[in-house]
Amino acid sequence: MSQNVFAPWDDPNAKPLIRFQNVTKRFGEFVAIDDLTLDIFEQEFFALLGPSGCGKTTMMRMLAGFENISAGRIELSGQDIGKVPPNKRAVNMMFQSYALFPHLSVWENIAFGLKRDRKSKEQIDARVAEMLKLTRLEKFAHRKPHQISGGQRQRVALARSLAKAPKLLLLDEPLGALDKKLRQDTQFELMDIQEQTGTTFVIVTHDQEEAMTVASRVAVMDEGRIIQVATPSAIYEYPNSVYVADFIGDVNIIEGKAKPAGEELFHLEWAEGRAPVKAASQQPFSEGQTAHLAIRPEKIRISTEKPEEAVNLFEGKVLDIAYLGNLSTYHVELPSGQVIKAQTANTRRLARRDITWEDPVWISWSATAGVMLDR
Amino acid sequence: MRRAALIAVPYFWLLVLFLVPFIIVFKISLSDAALAIPPYTPTLRDGIAAMFAEFDFENFVFLTEDDLYWKAYLSSLRIALLSTFLTLLVGYPIAYGMARAPEEWRPTLMMLVILPFWTSFLIRVYAWMGILSNEGLLNQLLIWLGLIGEPLQMLNTNFAVYVGIVYTYLPFMILPIYAALDRMDGSLIEAAEDLGCSRLQAFWLVTIPLSRNGIIAGSFLVFIPALGEFVIPSLLGGSGTLMIGKVLWEEFFNNRDWPVASAVAVILLLILVIPIVLFQRNQQKQAEAEQ
Repeated sequence: MSQNVFAPWDDPNAKPLIRFQNVTKRFGEFVAIDDLTLDIFEQEFFALLGPSGCGKTTMMRMLAGFENISAGRIELSGQDIGKVPPNKRAVNMMFQSYALFPHLSVWENIAFGLKRDRKSKEQIDARVAEMLKLTRLEKFAHRKPHQISGGQRQRVALARSLAKAPKLLLLDEPLGALDKKLRQDTQFELMDIQEQTGTTFVIVTHDQEEAMTVASRVAVMDEGRIIQVATPSAIYEYPNSVYVADFIGDVNIIEGKAKPAGEELFHLEWAEGRAPVKAASQQPFSEGQTAHLAIRPEKIRISTEKPEEAVNLFEGKVLDIAYLGNLSTYHVELPSGQVIKAQTANTRRLARRDITWEDPVWISWSATAGVMLDR
Repeated sequence: MRRAALIAVPYFWLLVLFLVPFIIVFKISLSDAALAIPPYTPTLRDGIAAMFAEFDFENFVFLTEDDLYWKAYLSSLRIALLSTFLTLLVGYPIAYGMARAPEEWRPTLMMLVILPFWTSFLIRVYAWMGILSNEGLLNQLLIWLGLIGEPLQMLNTNFAVYVGIVYTYLPFMILPIYAALDRMDGSLIEAAEDLGCSRLQAFWLVTIPLSRNGIIAGSFLVFIPALGEFVIPSLLGGSGTLMIGKVLWEEFFNNRDWPVASAVAVILLLILVIPIVLFQRNQQKQAEAEQ
């Protein structure tokens, strides 16, 4: 069963397509990329995720060849590409602004790169037709970019960057300019196209939902460093730091002092005079070490009556309710003043909801619901 | 009603400042020279019917008989075309440099381009006489550098006329090209390079086509006034410089032959109407493309 899972990063013999080796990039005094090492494998859909200014765009521009590296080495299929100019790299980029040539038609935009390769007219015609079909743009081949919609422009940009069949396609915030509904549809389209063409995609985004949806692996970046690289589910369920836990999705962080309480079990002393939080962790913590328990709101149960048995059980008062339609997030204030978010699916109609503001409630979670983090 | 009034303003302007003077000039061009004030006949004093009866195209026929005129037209066209091209060659790199300059420099650079307009055009042309004459600054510099032994004859040649036209009309070329280049998205060049273009190819395939409208506008803005230019050829050009503006001036003020001078002016206008119409078309297309 597990042999069909696509996970070359777990295979020690797999050769990466791209290899960043201790890459540093400085702009004057400012360090944009700080001694970064990373492997990206063939056919991956790799997402670089981080807040603006974290260096993700700089990394992409180094791959495209628009930025020189200050130190270190970048390899593409085992070859150092540090000195190769952008027009000589088997790498294409889809720009955030799409950068479609306004004076050329959709057809000519897609053919632009092919013509530079001095391909024959038949080859160009065939390849452009293939790209138009892939992106469902056949009807718009002779329109100019300003005569089509934003979503169509996005597809032209994708078709143009894929036309040369690059080893690596870079996508800089490819869906940033689309509205939410269209963006969701396009995410699946992108995944389909990536699968059909077998091209390695590297996507830069600040939208964590987008990264989680499309990517095979996600790299969370901050201040020029990669904090964690893992599959979307691993990033969500097993963040390696408070930063990642907080950046991806919603999370409750409970800070306290760890105290070993059995095999892979710890007590977290988090407030004077209150029962400790019990949490399981494979990572060892010494007595008195500061630890953060990161726990997702949907893993916390909320009820009006005291549950029979619960590993962690606290009483509190509903401070706020965020109604999201399918879900509701309850902000529960504990007597210590700490606010814990608990999320439940709205399986009942709103009118029949039994919890409302100022209600005393019980929140509970299991020992394995959260992750204990040392930073 | 308000719209009609708004439209009426430019039309009224055109009527008073273009059509009426043109009709007057056209009427004079149909008259005969005479020793009188004004120096032509017939005038309204002869009565309207008599005036119309005496109109003829004699002066236009005369222009075709003396080869001075068509040679002057041709020579003007050649000088205007060549100097427009030279202005483009000088102006494009300047505009390109301005558009690529750091944001905070641009207002200063723009200011430097416009600055010469703060001085009288005539004074600037006279300054060129000081630079280009046999005892002028340029000759002195070249002799001092030891590049030449004898001063070069530069003033009163076509060379000086080209220098004068390129210098005078350069801002008209730079500003529209700069405007076009400034609007251009820098990532387009990166996209072109990403798709396999060298720097030079990217320039030819992307930058030039996208600044085309600026080039066309700038070229017309230089060509149209250069064609009828009178001050520069008469101050900087020599006896060999034949330009229609100069011929026109001489007909008016030296010969006092108003009817022939008017005929020259009418033909010049007809020649200019063609590029002006083309220019208008270009502007309209540009406006449509931007919608």
